[in-house]
Amino acid sequence: MDAPHHKHDHQVIPSDPALRTKALESLLVEKGLVDPAALDAIIDAYENKIGPRNGARVVARAWVDPGYKERLLRDAGPAIAELGYSGAQGEHMVALENTPAVHNLVVCTLCSCYPWPVLGLPPVWYKSAPYRSRAVIDPRGVLREFGTELAEDVEIRVWDSTAEVRYLVLPERPPGTGNMTEEELAALVTRDSMIGVAKIAAPRGVEA
Amino acid sequence: MNGIHDMGGMHGMGPIRYEENEPVFHEPWEGRIFAITIALGAWKRWNIDAGRHTIEQISPADYLRMSYYEKWLARNIALSVKHGLVTQQEIDVGRPAPGSTKATPPLTSANLGPAVAPRPGYARPEADAKARFSVGDRVRARKSNPPGHTRLPRYVRGREGVVDRHRGVFVFPDTNAHFHGEDPQHLYSVRFRAQELWGESASPKDSVYLDLWDGYLERA
Repeated sequence: MDAPHHKHDHQVIPSDPALRTKALESLLVEKGLVDPAALDAIIDAYENKIGPRNGARVVARAWVDPGYKERLLRDAGPAIAELGYSGAQGEHMVALENTPAVHNLVVCTLCSCYPWPVLGLPPVWYKSAPYRSRAVIDPRGVLREFGTELAEDVEIRVWDSTAEVRYLVLPERPPGTGNMTEEELAALVTRDSMIGVAKIAAPRGVEA
Repeated sequence: MNGIHDMGGMHGMGPIRYEENEPVFHEPWEGRIFAITIALGAWKRWNIDAGRHTIEQISPADYLRMSYYEKWLARNIALSVKHGLVTQQEIDVGRPAPGSTKATPPLTSANLGPAVAPRPGYARPEADAKARFSVGDRVRARKSNPPGHTRLPRYVRGREGVVDRHRGVFVFPDTNAHFHGEDPQHLYSVRFRAQELWGESASPKDSVYLDLWDGYLERA
């Protein structure tokens, strides 16, 4: 790049995405197109407030409150909003109940659609080619990669988020949790179980 | 378009690379470009379908090589230039053109609510659209190959399924992405048996559900 004959190279923007992002942001700020304080606040919201802990509280509530579970499965958006969660990429929510007979798995084969208000931003693997390509054609193989082995007679439903509907899996409540509080239950709920790639393990000391 | 982004059913993409305790953003610039995407969206010069289509137009080799947020960076530059927020020359030199006026951003830290609050959404319950199908109908995904944006993946085209749920009336991405209007249509959750999609090696127990617009479907 520093060779003299490259002096008039049109590639004046550094290729490093960090530098290019910095250059773009400074241009946008100078032009008054974006407010850097708003960018800080957006990042803070998605790093610290909007994430899978929200979905875990929804799941735990559904486990302990049959009326809530009924509302969640009938019309997930308002039920999720009851707990204070709503927002971009959660406008049209559907909850899917996992049972011993039916296992739901969520993917977006075309891009990276994901229910932000309850799960936050998706992990890299969810957005990557291996998961997007194989979840629909080989869900059992994909689940095995996550350590989730399902019996042959379990029905797998794969949900490809091709429209603006966003899915939250309601995982099965693990055995041995009958005496746990809603808060303790929420702590057991993993992001992966709400995407449908994993089940929730029984708490330590409990035989599944 | 029959692009690389439409990867459902492809082989050869390798193992799923799982990261324990993954951070929301791996590097600060990823957070910046994510937030820039939301802040630029507040100008309403484009829509989410146009945004997706911009990423789809990245060449297949680049699409597979670039990281997720690198694609978002490219998308924001392309859309900002195309829709007149900045010029390519300003991107190249990294400064506003001499004499350009300074705008006022629609999204500020003071009115951030709208950035993370629900957006108007894509449901159009008031639209006067006719539902051609009802729950239980056998349908076939149309065998079409539109060169523009579509949310009808290749792996279901020509395949038969059953309407499982009616989702309501939604903005049609195929027109909206190209600024040809919202053309609201009924949206259905359609269940396809795994064996219908992939053949006999698939489990007879399994199925794939897709949310498909009225115009994507025909009676089977």
